[in-house]
Amino acid sequence: MREMIAALGRFGLFLLRILGAIRPSRSQWRDTVRQIYVIGARSVPIIAVGGAFVGLVMTLQGYRALVTFGAGNALGTMLSLTVFRELGPVLTAILFCGRAGSAMAAELGLMRATDQITSLSMMAIDPVGKVVVPRFVATVISVPLLTAVFIAFSILAGWFQAEFLLGVDGGYFWASLQSSVDLWEDYGQAFVKSAVFGVFCALIATHVGFHARPTPEGTSVATTQAVVYGSLMVLFLDFLLSATLY
Amino acid sequence: MASPKTEWSVGAFILMGFACALVLAFASTNSGDRMGGASYRVVANFTNAGDLKARAPVKIAGVKVGEIESIVLDENFDARVTLRLARSAGELPADTGAAIFTSGLLGERYVGLSPGGDPEPLGDGDEILLTQPAVVLEQLIGKFLFNAGSGDDADASGSSRSR
Repeated sequence: MREMIAALGRFGLFLLRILGAIRPSRSQWRDTVRQIYVIGARSVPIIAVGGAFVGLVMTLQGYRALVTFGAGNALGTMLSLTVFRELGPVLTAILFCGRAGSAMAAELGLMRATDQITSLSMMAIDPVGKVVVPRFVATVISVPLLTAVFIAFSILAGWFQAEFLLGVDGGYFWASLQSSVDLWEDYGQAFVKSAVFGVFCALIATHVGFHARPTPEGTSVATTQAVVYGSLMVLFLDFLLSATLY
Repeated sequence: MASPKTEWSVGAFILMGFACALVLAFASTNSGDRMGGASYRVVANFTNAGDLKARAPVKIAGVKVGEIESIVLDENFDARVTLRLARSAGELPADTGAAIFTSGLLGERYVGLSPGGDPEPLGDGDEILLTQPAVVLEQLIGKFLFNAGSGDDADASGSSRSR
Protein backbone atom coordinates (compact mmCIF):
# COMPACT_ATOMS: atom_id res chain seq x y z
CA MET A 1 0.00 0.00 0.00
CA ARG A 2 2.79 2.41 0.99
CA GLU A 3 4.69 1.41 -2.12
CA MET A 4 1.65 2.06 -4.33
CA ILE A 5 1.17 5.55 -2.94
CA ALA A 6 4.87 6.24 -3.39
CA ALA A 7 4.67 5.04 -7.01
CA LEU A 8 1.72 7.36 -7.60
CA GLY A 9 3.77 10.21 -6.14
CA ARG A 10 6.69 9.40 -8.45
CA PHE A 11 4.38 9.55 -11.49
CA GLY A 12 2.95 12.88 -10.34
CA LEU A 13 6.39 14.42 -9.73
CA PHE A 14 7.62 13.16 -13.10
CA LEU A 15 4.61 14.78 -14.81
CA LEU A 16 5.43 18.10 -13.10
CA ARG A 17 9.05 17.73 -14.19
CA ILE A 18 7.98 17.15 -17.82
CA LEU A 19 5.60 20.11 -17.80
CA GLY A 20 8.30 22.27 -16.22
CA ALA A 21 10.82 21.27 -18.90
CA ILE A 22 8.62 22.31 -21.86
CA ARG A 23 10.36 25.24 -23.59
CA PRO A 24 9.23 27.06 -26.72
CA SER A 25 12.69 26.48 -28.17
CA ARG A 26 13.49 25.65 -31.78
CA SER A 27 15.52 22.54 -31.02
CA GLN A 28 12.86 21.05 -28.77
CA TRP A 29 10.20 21.70 -31.39
CA ARG A 30 12.37 20.07 -34.06
CA ASP A 31 12.76 16.95 -31.86
CA THR A 32 9.00 16.94 -31.30
CA VAL A 33 8.28 17.00 -35.04
CA ARG A 34 10.66 14.10 -35.48
CA GLN A 35 8.82 12.17 -32.73
CA ILE A 36 5.41 12.93 -34.23
CA TYR A 37 6.74 11.24 -37.37
CA VAL A 38 8.09 8.20 -35.52
CA ILE A 39 5.18 7.56 -33.15
CA GLY A 40 2.25 9.31 -34.84
CA ALA A 41 2.57 9.23 -38.62
CA ARG A 42 3.98 5.72 -38.65
CA SER A 43 1.13 4.43 -36.46
CA VAL A 44 -1.47 5.43 -39.05
CA PRO A 45 -1.46 2.09 -40.95
CA ILE A 46 -2.09 -0.07 -37.86
CA ILE A 47 -4.75 2.33 -36.57
CA ALA A 48 -6.50 2.54 -39.94
CA VAL A 49 -6.49 -1.23 -40.48
CA GLY A 50 -7.53 -1.84 -36.87
CA GLY A 51 -10.37 0.65 -37.18
CA ALA A 52 -11.58 -0.82 -40.45
CA PHE A 53 -11.76 -4.35 -39.06
CA VAL A 54 -13.52 -3.20 -35.89
CA GLY A 55 -16.10 -1.44 -38.09
CA LEU A 56 -16.56 -4.55 -40.23
CA VAL A 57 -17.00 -6.94 -37.32
CA MET A 58 -19.26 -4.60 -35.31
CA THR A 59 -21.53 -4.14 -38.32
CA LEU A 60 -21.66 -7.86 -39.04
CA GLN A 61 -22.45 -8.89 -35.46
CA GLY A 62 -24.77 -5.96 -34.84
CA TYR A 63 -26.73 -6.73 -37.98
CA ARG A 64 -27.30 -10.32 -36.90
CA ALA A 65 -28.69 -9.19 -33.56
CA LEU A 66 -30.74 -6.29 -34.91
CA VAL A 67 -32.25 -8.07 -37.89
CA THR A 68 -34.03 -10.56 -35.59
CA PHE A 69 -36.05 -7.60 -34.28
CA GLY A 70 -36.50 -6.16 -37.77
CA ALA A 71 -34.34 -3.21 -36.76
CA GLY A 72 -31.60 -3.55 -39.38
CA ASN A 73 -31.96 0.16 -40.16
CA ALA A 74 -30.67 1.06 -36.69
CA LEU A 75 -27.27 -0.35 -37.65
CA GLY A 76 -25.74 3.11 -38.08
CA THR A 77 -26.86 4.15 -34.60
CA MET A 78 -25.38 1.08 -32.98
CA LEU A 79 -22.07 1.26 -34.82
CA SER A 80 -21.53 4.99 -34.41
CA LEU A 81 -22.40 5.18 -30.72
CA THR A 82 -20.20 2.19 -29.87
CA VAL A 83 -17.28 3.52 -31.88
CA PHE A 84 -17.53 7.16 -30.82
CA ARG A 85 -18.15 6.52 -27.15
CA GLU A 86 -15.97 3.53 -26.34
CA LEU A 87 -14.14 1.56 -28.99
CA GLY A 88 -12.60 4.46 -30.90
CA PRO A 89 -10.73 6.18 -28.06
CA VAL A 90 -10.01 2.97 -26.09
CA LEU A 91 -8.74 0.75 -28.90
CA THR A 92 -6.70 3.58 -30.40
CA ALA A 93 -5.01 4.17 -27.06
CA ILE A 94 -4.37 0.46 -26.48
CA LEU A 95 -3.01 -0.07 -30.00
CA PHE A 96 -0.89 3.04 -29.52
CA CYS A 97 0.49 1.67 -26.22
CA GLY A 98 1.49 -1.52 -28.00
CA ARG A 99 2.85 0.14 -31.14
CA ALA A 100 4.56 3.30 -29.82
CA GLY A 101 4.50 3.18 -26.00
CA SER A 102 6.60 0.02 -25.97
CA ALA A 103 9.08 1.52 -28.44
CA MET A 104 9.39 4.70 -26.39
CA ALA A 105 10.00 2.79 -23.16
CA ALA A 106 12.57 0.50 -24.81
CA GLU A 107 14.41 3.45 -26.36
CA LEU A 108 14.56 5.39 -23.11
CA GLY A 109 15.47 2.24 -21.16
CA LEU A 110 18.36 1.54 -23.51
CA MET A 111 19.48 5.17 -23.25
CA ARG A 112 19.50 4.72 -19.50
CA ALA A 113 21.37 1.38 -19.70
CA THR A 114 24.04 2.80 -22.02
CA ASP A 115 24.51 5.89 -19.81
CA GLN A 116 23.36 8.29 -22.55
CA ILE A 117 21.00 9.99 -20.10
CA THR A 118 23.79 10.44 -17.56
CA SER A 119 26.07 11.92 -20.21
CA LEU A 120 23.37 14.44 -21.20
CA SER A 121 23.27 15.58 -17.57
CA MET A 122 27.05 15.83 -17.52
CA MET A 123 26.93 18.11 -20.57
CA ALA A 124 24.49 20.31 -18.60
CA ILE A 125 21.60 19.35 -20.89
CA ASP A 126 18.39 18.52 -19.02
CA PRO A 127 17.69 14.90 -20.11
CA VAL A 128 13.95 15.34 -19.40
CA GLY A 129 13.75 18.36 -21.69
CA LYS A 130 15.91 16.73 -24.37
CA VAL A 131 14.50 13.19 -24.64
CA VAL A 132 11.27 12.97 -22.61
CA VAL A 133 9.42 16.18 -23.51
CA PRO A 134 9.47 15.65 -27.33
CA ARG A 135 8.03 12.15 -26.89
CA PHE A 136 5.41 13.30 -24.38
CA VAL A 137 4.23 16.24 -26.49
CA ALA A 138 4.25 14.16 -29.68
CA THR A 139 2.03 11.53 -28.02
CA VAL A 140 -0.44 14.07 -26.67
CA ILE A 141 -0.76 15.57 -30.18
CA SER A 142 -0.86 12.23 -32.00
CA VAL A 143 -3.39 10.20 -30.00
CA PRO A 144 -6.47 12.40 -30.67
CA LEU A 145 -5.52 12.62 -34.37
CA LEU A 146 -5.14 8.84 -34.53
CA THR A 147 -8.51 8.46 -32.80
CA ALA A 148 -10.12 10.52 -35.57
CA VAL A 149 -8.47 8.25 -38.17
CA PHE A 150 -9.65 5.13 -36.30
CA ILE A 151 -13.27 6.31 -36.04
CA ALA A 152 -13.37 7.49 -39.65
CA PHE A 153 -12.08 4.17 -40.95
CA SER A 154 -14.38 2.06 -38.80
CA ILE A 155 -17.48 4.00 -39.85
CA LEU A 156 -16.42 3.90 -43.49
CA ALA A 157 -15.81 0.15 -43.29
CA GLY A 158 -19.10 -0.33 -41.45
CA TRP A 159 -20.95 1.59 -44.15
CA PHE A 160 -19.25 -0.47 -46.86
CA GLN A 161 -20.24 -3.69 -45.13
CA ALA A 162 -23.81 -2.50 -44.50
CA GLU A 163 -24.51 -1.18 -47.96
CA PHE A 164 -22.66 -3.60 -50.23
CA LEU A 165 -22.52 -6.86 -48.30
CA LEU A 166 -25.57 -6.85 -46.02
CA GLY A 167 -27.92 -4.84 -48.24
CA VAL A 168 -28.92 -2.18 -45.71
CA ASP A 169 -29.84 1.02 -47.53
CA GLY A 170 -27.03 3.58 -47.30
CA GLY A 171 -29.48 6.44 -46.79
CA TYR A 172 -30.86 4.81 -43.65
CA PHE A 173 -27.33 4.16 -42.42
CA TRP A 174 -26.17 7.79 -42.66
CA ALA A 175 -29.51 9.20 -41.50
CA SER A 176 -29.47 7.08 -38.35
CA LEU A 177 -25.86 8.14 -37.79
CA GLN A 178 -26.68 11.82 -38.05
CA SER A 179 -29.78 11.63 -35.92
CA SER A 180 -28.13 9.73 -33.07
CA VAL A 181 -24.60 11.14 -32.77
CA ASP A 182 -24.53 14.44 -30.91
CA LEU A 183 -21.78 16.88 -31.82
CA TRP A 184 -20.72 17.50 -28.23
CA GLU A 185 -22.11 14.54 -26.24
CA ASP A 186 -20.59 11.85 -28.44
CA TYR A 187 -18.20 13.39 -30.95
CA GLY A 188 -16.64 15.95 -28.60
CA GLN A 189 -16.26 13.56 -25.71
CA ALA A 190 -14.51 10.98 -27.88
CA PHE A 191 -11.73 13.54 -28.21
CA VAL A 192 -11.82 14.50 -24.52
CA LYS A 193 -11.33 10.82 -23.73
CA SER A 194 -8.54 10.34 -26.23
CA ALA A 195 -6.68 13.44 -24.99
CA VAL A 196 -6.76 12.06 -21.44
CA PHE A 197 -5.63 8.63 -22.66
CA GLY A 198 -2.81 10.25 -24.63
CA VAL A 199 -1.46 12.06 -21.56
CA PHE A 200 -1.49 8.89 -19.46
CA CYS A 201 -0.04 6.63 -22.18
CA ALA A 202 2.81 9.08 -22.67
CA LEU A 203 3.41 9.57 -18.95
CA ILE A 204 3.52 5.84 -18.19
CA ALA A 205 5.73 4.91 -21.16
CA THR A 206 8.25 7.70 -20.58
CA HIS A 207 8.30 7.20 -16.81
CA VAL A 208 8.97 3.47 -16.85
CA GLY A 209 11.54 3.89 -19.64
CA PHE A 210 13.33 6.83 -18.07
CA HIS A 211 13.55 5.12 -14.69
CA ALA A 212 14.38 1.62 -15.96
CA ARG A 213 17.14 -0.29 -14.21
CA PRO A 214 20.30 0.12 -16.32
CA THR A 215 20.49 -3.55 -17.32
CA PRO A 216 19.24 -5.52 -20.35
CA GLU A 217 16.60 -7.03 -18.08
CA GLY A 218 15.60 -3.59 -16.84
CA THR A 219 14.93 -2.47 -20.41
CA SER A 220 12.76 -5.49 -21.12
CA VAL A 221 10.83 -5.00 -17.85
CA ALA A 222 10.25 -1.34 -18.76
CA THR A 223 8.93 -2.31 -22.20
CA THR A 224 6.50 -4.80 -20.69
CA GLN A 225 5.39 -2.34 -18.03
CA ALA A 226 4.73 0.38 -20.59
CA VAL A 227 2.26 -1.87 -22.43
CA VAL A 228 0.68 -3.56 -19.40
CA TYR A 229 0.30 -0.50 -17.18
CA GLY A 230 -0.62 1.70 -20.13
CA SER A 231 -3.40 -0.62 -21.33
CA LEU A 232 -4.78 -1.21 -17.84
CA MET A 233 -4.72 2.52 -17.12
CA VAL A 234 -6.63 3.22 -20.34
CA LEU A 235 -9.32 0.67 -19.46
CA PHE A 236 -9.59 1.99 -15.90
CA LEU A 237 -9.77 5.64 -17.01
CA ASP A 238 -12.32 4.73 -19.66
CA PHE A 239 -14.63 3.34 -17.01
CA LEU A 240 -14.08 6.41 -14.84
CA LEU A 241 -14.74 8.84 -17.72
CA SER A 242 -17.75 6.91 -19.05
CA ALA A 243 -19.28 6.87 -15.58
CA THR A 244 -18.83 10.61 -15.08
CA LEU A 245 -19.20 12.09 -18.59
CA TYR A 246 -22.40 10.38 -19.76
CA MET B 1 17.81 17.01 -37.89
CA ALA B 2 14.29 16.73 -39.27
CA SER B 3 14.65 15.83 -42.92
CA PRO B 4 12.23 17.18 -45.55
CA LYS B 5 10.69 13.71 -45.84
CA THR B 6 9.96 13.64 -42.10
CA GLU B 7 8.43 17.08 -42.20
CA TRP B 8 6.29 16.12 -45.15
CA SER B 9 5.06 12.94 -43.39
CA VAL B 10 4.23 14.83 -40.20
CA GLY B 11 2.34 17.47 -42.16
CA ALA B 12 0.43 14.81 -44.07
CA PHE B 13 -0.38 12.97 -40.83
CA ILE B 14 -1.70 16.09 -39.11
CA LEU B 15 -3.74 17.06 -42.17
CA MET B 16 -5.16 13.54 -42.38
CA GLY B 17 -6.13 13.57 -38.70
CA PHE B 18 -7.88 16.92 -38.97
CA ALA B 19 -9.54 15.93 -42.26
CA CYS B 20 -10.91 12.76 -40.64
CA ALA B 21 -12.17 14.73 -37.64
CA LEU B 22 -13.83 17.34 -39.87
CA VAL B 23 -15.46 14.80 -42.19
CA LEU B 24 -16.74 12.86 -39.18
CA ALA B 25 -18.19 16.02 -37.66
CA PHE B 26 -20.14 16.82 -40.81
CA ALA B 27 -21.01 13.37 -42.15
CA SER B 28 -21.87 11.49 -38.99
CA THR B 29 -23.13 13.92 -36.34
CA ASN B 30 -26.06 16.25 -35.91
CA SER B 31 -23.84 19.28 -36.62
CA GLY B 32 -26.06 20.11 -39.60
CA ASP B 33 -29.04 20.84 -37.35
CA ARG B 34 -26.92 22.76 -34.95
CA MET B 35 -25.23 25.15 -37.32
CA GLY B 36 -27.90 25.10 -40.00
CA GLY B 37 -29.04 28.72 -39.88
CA ALA B 38 -31.23 30.67 -37.51
CA SER B 39 -33.83 29.06 -35.29
CA TYR B 40 -36.49 30.14 -32.82
CA ARG B 41 -38.19 28.57 -29.84
CA VAL B 42 -41.84 27.87 -29.14
CA VAL B 43 -43.32 26.07 -26.16
CA ALA B 44 -46.18 23.61 -25.97
CA ASN B 45 -47.85 22.06 -22.93
CA PHE B 46 -48.86 18.44 -23.15
CA THR B 47 -50.88 16.54 -20.53
CA ASN B 48 -48.65 13.54 -21.25
CA ALA B 49 -45.31 13.62 -23.04
CA GLY B 50 -45.01 9.82 -23.16
CA ASP B 51 -41.51 8.67 -24.02
CA LEU B 52 -40.60 11.93 -25.75
CA LYS B 53 -36.94 12.80 -25.21
CA ALA B 54 -34.86 15.92 -25.72
CA ARG B 55 -33.39 16.08 -29.27
CA ALA B 56 -36.34 14.13 -30.71
CA PRO B 57 -37.38 15.47 -34.15
CA VAL B 58 -40.19 17.92 -34.86
CA LYS B 59 -41.90 17.29 -38.20
CA ILE B 60 -44.42 18.94 -40.47
CA ALA B 61 -45.92 16.61 -43.08
CA GLY B 62 -43.13 14.14 -42.31
CA VAL B 63 -40.35 16.66 -42.99
CA LYS B 64 -38.01 17.47 -40.11
CA VAL B 65 -38.14 21.17 -39.20
CA GLY B 66 -36.56 21.22 -35.73
CA GLU B 67 -35.99 19.32 -32.55
CA ILE B 68 -37.06 19.13 -28.91
CA GLU B 69 -34.86 21.29 -26.74
CA SER B 70 -36.15 20.48 -23.28
CA ILE B 71 -39.01 18.82 -21.41
CA VAL B 72 -39.86 20.00 -17.90
CA LEU B 73 -42.82 19.71 -15.56
CA ASP B 74 -44.74 23.00 -15.23
CA GLU B 75 -46.74 24.33 -12.26
CA ASN B 76 -49.96 22.62 -13.45
CA PHE B 77 -48.17 19.25 -13.65
CA ASP B 78 -48.21 19.31 -17.43
CA ALA B 79 -45.16 18.53 -19.54
CA ARG B 80 -43.76 21.81 -20.85
CA VAL B 81 -41.94 21.02 -24.07
CA THR B 82 -39.67 23.59 -25.74
CA LEU B 83 -39.34 23.13 -29.50
CA ARG B 84 -36.51 24.63 -31.50
CA LEU B 85 -37.68 25.29 -35.07
CA ALA B 86 -35.60 26.31 -38.07
CA ARG B 87 -36.39 29.71 -39.61
CA SER B 88 -35.86 28.12 -43.01
CA ALA B 89 -39.12 26.18 -42.58
CA GLY B 90 -41.06 29.43 -43.05
CA GLU B 91 -43.51 31.17 -40.73
CA LEU B 92 -46.07 29.01 -39.02
CA PRO B 93 -49.58 30.29 -38.31
CA ALA B 94 -50.30 31.14 -34.64
CA ASP B 95 -53.01 28.47 -34.43
CA THR B 96 -50.67 25.63 -35.36
CA GLY B 97 -51.41 22.42 -33.47
CA ALA B 98 -48.85 19.99 -32.01
CA ALA B 99 -49.25 16.29 -31.31
CA ILE B 100 -46.90 13.55 -30.15
CA PHE B 101 -46.68 10.63 -32.53
CA THR B 102 -44.72 7.39 -32.75
CA SER B 103 -42.96 6.42 -35.94
CA GLY B 104 -44.04 2.84 -36.52
CA LEU B 105 -45.39 0.60 -33.78
CA LEU B 106 -42.23 0.58 -31.66
CA GLY B 107 -40.31 3.48 -33.19
CA GLU B 108 -39.12 6.73 -31.67
CA ARG B 109 -41.47 9.49 -30.53
CA TYR B 110 -41.65 12.75 -32.42
CA VAL B 111 -43.75 15.92 -32.39
CA GLY B 112 -45.87 16.52 -35.47
CA LEU B 113 -47.07 20.06 -36.19
CA SER B 114 -50.23 20.75 -38.20
CA PRO B 115 -50.33 24.35 -39.44
CA GLY B 116 -53.63 26.21 -39.08
CA GLY B 117 -54.98 29.20 -40.99
CA ASP B 118 -54.28 32.19 -38.73
CA PRO B 119 -52.66 35.11 -40.60
CA GLU B 120 -50.58 35.91 -37.47
CA PRO B 121 -47.29 33.93 -37.40
CA LEU B 122 -45.81 32.09 -34.40
CA GLY B 123 -42.92 34.12 -32.99
CA ASP B 124 -40.01 33.37 -30.72
CA GLY B 125 -41.22 32.29 -27.26
CA ASP B 126 -44.86 31.89 -28.29
CA GLU B 127 -46.95 29.01 -27.05
CA ILE B 128 -48.72 26.40 -29.14
CA LEU B 129 -52.18 26.11 -27.57
CA LEU B 130 -53.66 23.22 -29.51
CA THR B 131 -51.86 20.13 -28.28
CA GLN B 132 -52.63 16.47 -28.28
CA PRO B 133 -50.85 14.25 -25.75
CA ALA B 134 -48.92 11.11 -26.50
CA VAL B 135 -50.92 7.94 -26.98
CA VAL B 136 -49.97 5.42 -24.33
CA LEU B 137 -50.39 1.97 -25.78
CA GLU B 138 -51.28 0.33 -22.46
CA GLN B 139 -54.10 2.84 -21.83
CA LEU B 140 -55.37 2.32 -25.35
CA ILE B 141 -55.51 -1.45 -24.86
CA GLY B 142 -57.18 -0.96 -21.47
CA LYS B 143 -59.79 1.35 -22.99
CA PHE B 144 -60.43 -1.07 -25.81
CA LEU B 145 -60.97 -3.98 -23.43
CA PHE B 146 -63.24 -1.87 -21.20
CA ASN B 147 -65.35 -0.75 -24.16
CA ALA B 148 -65.63 -4.31 -25.41
CA GLY B 149 -66.74 -5.37 -21.92
CA SER B 150 -69.47 -2.74 -21.60
CA GLY B 151 -70.77 -3.32 -25.11
CA ASP B 152 -73.51 -5.68 -26.30
CA ASP B 153 -71.38 -8.75 -26.83
CA ALA B 154 -70.50 -9.22 -23.16
CA ASP B 155 -69.95 -12.94 -23.61
CA ALA B 156 -66.99 -12.27 -25.86
CA SER B 157 -65.18 -10.23 -23.21
CA GLY B 158 -65.79 -12.74 -20.45
CA SER B 159 -67.01 -10.10 -17.96
CA SER B 160 -69.00 -11.07 -14.87
CA ARG B 161 -72.00 -9.00 -15.85
CA SER B 162 -75.15 -11.15 -16.02
CA ARG B 163 -77.32 -10.91 -19.12
